[in-house]
Amino acid sequence: MSKPVVRLRGVVSLIGRFPALAGADFAVSEGEVVLLQGPNGAGKSTLLRVCAGLASVHNGTGEVFGFDLTTRSGQREVRRRVGLLSHATALYDELTVEDNVRFWAAAANADVGAADAAMDRLGVGGRLRSIRVAGLSAGQRRRTSLAVLVARRPMLWLLDEPHAGLDAEGRDLIDELVHQAVGQGATAIVASHELDRVDSLATRTVHVVGGQAMEVRGPGQAGAG
Amino acid sequence: MTTEISPEPASKTTTMTDAVTSTGSKVTRVLGALSLVSIALLLAFGLLVSPPEIAQGDSVRLFYIHVPSAIVCLYIAFSITLVGSIIYLRNQSTFWDLMAGAAAEVGVVFLGFTLVTGMLWGKPTWGTYWTWDPRLTSTAVSFVLYLGYLAVRRLDMDPVARSKRAAILGIISFANLIIIRYSVAWWRSLHQGQTLDPRDTQLDNTMLFSFVLGVLALTMTFAWLVIHRFRIAWLEHQLEAQQLELAIAERTSQGPTGLAHGGA
Amino acid sequence: MIEHARLIAAKDLKIEWSSRVLTAQVIPFGVLVLVLFGFGIPPDRRVLASEGGASRSLLEQASPGLFWLAVLFSLLLALNRSFAVEAADGNLDALRLAGFDPAGVFLGKSGAIVCELLVLELVVGTGAFLLYGPPLHDALQLCAVVVTTTLAMSFAGTLYGALGAGLRLRDTLVPLLVLPVLAPVLLAATRATESALFGPSSEGWAWVGFLGAFALLYLGAGILSFGSLLEES
Repeated sequence: MSKPVVRLRGVVSLIGRFPALAGADFAVSEGEVVLLQGPNGAGKSTLLRVCAGLASVHNGTGEVFGFDLTTRSGQREVRRRVGLLSHATALYDELTVEDNVRFWAAAANADVGAADAAMDRLGVGGRLRSIRVAGLSAGQRRRTSLAVLVARRPMLWLLDEPHAGLDAEGRDLIDELVHQAVGQGATAIVASHELDRVDSLATRTVHVVGGQAMEVRGPGQAGAG
Repeated sequence: MTTEISPEPASKTTTMTDAVTSTGSKVTRVLGALSLVSIALLLAFGLLVSPPEIAQGDSVRLFYIHVPSAIVCLYIAFSITLVGSIIYLRNQSTFWDLMAGAAAEVGVVFLGFTLVTGMLWGKPTWGTYWTWDPRLTSTAVSFVLYLGYLAVRRLDMDPVARSKRAAILGIISFANLIIIRYSVAWWRSLHQGQTLDPRDTQLDNTMLFSFVLGVLALTMTFAWLVIHRFRIAWLEHQLEAQQLELAIAERTSQGPTGLAHGGA
Repeated sequence: MIEHARLIAAKDLKIEWSSRVLTAQVIPFGVLVLVLFGFGIPPDRRVLASEGGASRSLLEQASPGLFWLAVLFSLLLALNRSFAVEAADGNLDALRLAGFDPAGVFLGKSGAIVCELLVLELVVGTGAFLLYGPPLHDALQLCAVVVTTTLAMSFAGTLYGALGAGLRLRDTLVPLLVLPVLAPVLLAATRATESALFGPSSEGWAWVGFLGAFALLYLGAGILSFGSLLEES
């Protein structure tokens, strides 16, 4: 079996005083594309935030790329290596598309070329580049923050409902990007309600219910019993 | 020192707070009784036994509670907050986090008391409640400073992050306390001659005794209040921990392990 | 660290430049405060200057303090603005994810505030000279006062601004925290400016030293504590 990327054991993670994750066991190996499934409020987003090193681990143990999620230095190392696309787009309204993508890319030590290529790839290059983010549509904002993610070239992609708010072409583009990244050695965890779409993409499906994760039978692979 | 009295075997480990009906204990009851007796004694000595002072007359009697309460909050209370904050940042000790908060809370009350008695003393002495006396002025600013600290402790946010922010603030606030006191003193000393200073007061033996009694009485009262305040905070903390356990158990029962299998 | 600080500062200044909040709102606010002081303090009232028999208008005598008060109030607006842009739309999380050195973020954000304050002080200061008409005894000392005070205010302000970062109560909490802390700075800046304007200079330099020490203290405190402040949510 290939290298483990994510390994969570009995992880409890809190939002305020609410245990969004209540003892989640979850493991992902290199090169996998794992689909997270589950009702609203099941803990999918928190699971992704824990894997990103953003949400703190209240109880249990967790490692991403071998870095300990329960320590701050470990979290810091993890954060550098992952890309998270969440509901928030994390863009500065007053800056242009180009400024935004270049700022976040430079923060991650990516060069200007990578930022420019990512903008073109996501269809926010050209005329849109010099438009302020405040003037973009929701779908264009989403594409811009995807461009940031692509420019950063993360080793672990964490996508929270990536298809929401995108047109058909944009949805295809996401699938293509994930495919390509995984082909280059990255790993991806995708939370989505769009089963038919992600089924073709995912190597495995994990059900998240009540703050816990459970394997289900996925395409091409038997789930844990 | 009285302030070092720790609560019941600081049960950080497992003892749950099942049958707690009060925050009192033998130690606090004795301490409370001693505080009350010493305050009664202080009233007797301060108001009846001790003579009026030559220059100030009867207003010197305020001095027996004003200066002790200033000493208690500025030297004891906020030092505990400082030490508690430092220890909390080092090892995330809930005990010291709550202790820092309890000391600051009671300290602010004493600081307010200091301010009011200081102004009351100013009226007969200087003819006005407020004279921009350096000590009084810096006390007023410090009062707001620690109100800010308490405001951060009450914020509705992630408890761990809040404790950390409060601890950082507890440390910086102490530095600010010193900066404020010295800068204000410097400012006033440059522009005014010496004003009448409570510390210049001429004391005979009864007066000195009253003063020492005041320090003792207020220190004990402070310790008594802090211990109770701390225990309330500690119980709240325990309760929250219990509620969290329940919440986790409840959430677990909704999940796959709770529905299908037995264990993890 | 320096590279990260440069990135953050450039980003913040670019946001200010393109939104024009500083030039269109904060600076006019500062000037307006100066004018309003003139309503509160009768402009015709004259006081005896300390040395000799010459008299000054009360406003002129109070001009150093009034100027720094106007700057202080404007600083609160600038701080609020600086952390409002980070609070929007998950940007705080993105900053954490981006792998920024926390000390670099502190230096970058306070650096941007320094630049904004210097611009503001130039305009509001010119306004104060025009409106209140004080003399200028020692220009070099005045520059030293402005620089040290700006650094002191920016470092302390940024540290306390981060304490309120990401909180709903930020708007009211940060002024409550910052104002008592900056009270000594206001005091020192006012005294030092008084001696730079009216002379003699000797006393002013001591206050400049105090301001410099204060700035250094908060520079250190910010660099040390920004990690804890930013990385917890």
